[in-house]
Amino acid sequence: MRELTYAQAIREAHAQLLAEDPRVFLIGQGVWNPWYAGTSLQDLDKEFGRDRIIDSPVSENATTGAAIGAAITGMRPIVFHPRMDFMLLAADPIINQAANWSYLFAGQVSVPVVIRAVINRRGEQGAQHSQALQALFAHVPGLKVVMPATPHDAKGLLIAAVRDGNPVLYIDDRWLYDLPGAVPDALYEVPIGSAALRRSGRDVTVVATSYMAAEAVKAVATLAQRGIDVELIDLRSIKPWDHNLVYSSVGKTGRLVIADAAWMSGGIAAEIAASVASEIFHALKAPIGRVCLPDVPAPTSALLEQAYYIGAEDIVSTVEKVLVSSSRS
Amino acid sequence: MMLRIRIFEEMVGALVTANEIRTPCHLYIGQEAIAVGVCTVLRQDDTVWGGHRSHGHYLAKGGDLKAMMAEIFGKATGCAHGRGGSMHLVAPAQGIFGTVPLVAATIPLAVGAALSAKLRGTDQVAVAFFGDGATDEGHFHESLNLAALYRLPVLFVCENNFYSTHLTLKERRVKDNIVESAALHGLASLVVDGNDVVAVYQAASQAVDRARAGGGPTLLECRTYRWRGHVGPALDLEVGQNRQRDLSEWMQKDPIMRLRERLREEGISDADLSEIEQRVAAEVDVAVSFARQSPPPDENELLHHVYASRRGA
Repeated sequence: MRELTYAQAIREAHAQLLAEDPRVFLIGQGVWNPWYAGTSLQDLDKEFGRDRIIDSPVSENATTGAAIGAAITGMRPIVFHPRMDFMLLAADPIINQAANWSYLFAGQVSVPVVIRAVINRRGEQGAQHSQALQALFAHVPGLKVVMPATPHDAKGLLIAAVRDGNPVLYIDDRWLYDLPGAVPDALYEVPIGSAALRRSGRDVTVVATSYMAAEAVKAVATLAQRGIDVELIDLRSIKPWDHNLVYSSVGKTGRLVIADAAWMSGGIAAEIAASVASEIFHALKAPIGRVCLPDVPAPTSALLEQAYYIGAEDIVSTVEKVLVSSSRS
Repeated sequence: MMLRIRIFEEMVGALVTANEIRTPCHLYIGQEAIAVGVCTVLRQDDTVWGGHRSHGHYLAKGGDLKAMMAEIFGKATGCAHGRGGSMHLVAPAQGIFGTVPLVAATIPLAVGAALSAKLRGTDQVAVAFFGDGATDEGHFHESLNLAALYRLPVLFVCENNFYSTHLTLKERRVKDNIVESAALHGLASLVVDGNDVVAVYQAASQAVDRARAGGGPTLLECRTYRWRGHVGPALDLEVGQNRQRDLSEWMQKDPIMRLRERLREEGISDADLSEIEQRVAAEVDVAVSFARQSPPPDENELLHHVYASRRGA
């Protein structure tokens, strides 16, 4: 199969959705320019016209609210927030409005909007250009949250999100943009709520999200050389998340490490750990390990960034620690 | 229609006092001419977007009176099946996709409905109703700019009743100049006597015609007065300064009384008018009985509709 990069896959999903469905349009900052979006939206305005590809003023609240109003009245908008941090200025439309309307009006109104947010990391951009806030939004009933880690899923999850009929946060990571991978030509969906089993193994289950799923692939290779057989799950969908696949895997391996490149307290890793501990506690042979960011804002200086960010080596050391603690017990 | 709203609101107020209604109710008494004047211009497929004080918008746009009363009672037969109460009203077939209490929240949504109409190539118009308090929010200014920039068919109807909960306009801004926000963002605007239904109707007609013809958005500042407190039926005479005096003055400008006088001059008899009044009062009584007799929502419904089940492929 042909290969695309992660960013190209996102772009192809947009183009095919726009061609397929006249209700789809795109609004947000920087959609006419690669400055923020890289190649992920390249030349969509030339292909589909600037009526449907709307590069907006810096008005997150109004543009997101307008997309929600358009969704309620029959459109299928995609809103683009070039940094997830900027999206917080649209917290009212997303959390108070989009998430609530279906429930509030007993299903008589729905909000089929996709809100895309980009996570950036490193580059000395600091605390307000680097936040990974998936847990904040996953907390809210009525929202769905997806985080693709491969080009295949970047395309398939965007298509599923647009067709879902609910408000879906689609969170992509700039550090994955150049990652290549096989991507089918056709329009296809990756079902929201299903995780991907990337590798079968018997010693320990690693559940990873987004960028950490890519890092986990490297960690698994290192661990394999050391004789540790990892089962790797790419969570893909943060809310709803795939309880069945995680439980069946942990049921088999008895050990769990969760890698999520966001703050640890109250995060996705905490949610998965709590669910596993309360649902299948008897299956665990060792304490659950979490690989997350320390509970501090993203620093700016490259030296501090080095200390702050996590990667494959952190997954390796946490897996080894979990294995050691279980051999003691 | 103004009488329908007035009598409905007075009944709701009485039922709040009697503790039979417990959901917070923000009464529209004194402001009826705005909802009626604007909505009379609209078609069924035009959309209106409201806030916490939207009983009047709902009725004027064609929402079912019984379903609203039942909603306020929290019953399964309510327009939102008992999930919304007074502050969350809905009637999609009438173009009311939702009124919600977060101040200014539906202003950008109305802009989106107008964008949707434009992209779909229809000549539908969207109307955002909001109070003067909402103009203190960023939503308002961002939305005006966006609507003007894209020449969207939307009416921003500011019901300036001089109160944002307990704070008067003077306590919140240096100038009494809400309408000037329009010129700053490059859209048409007009100040209207919000207690004169004919004036509101004429202003809205112009604005709606312009919007339908692709001429872009309009801000109408309709000056009116909130007779009751921010929430509930009390008069709240202790808020602001000189409220007692202002309220007496504004009650002399009662929009219903003014229309009544006008109709008399045009030869409509008092008998005709009192017959309308009796008919509306009977309709409201029927709605109260309906609401009282309706069942509450089923407990098993608690977890339903968090997500939409339908998928439009």
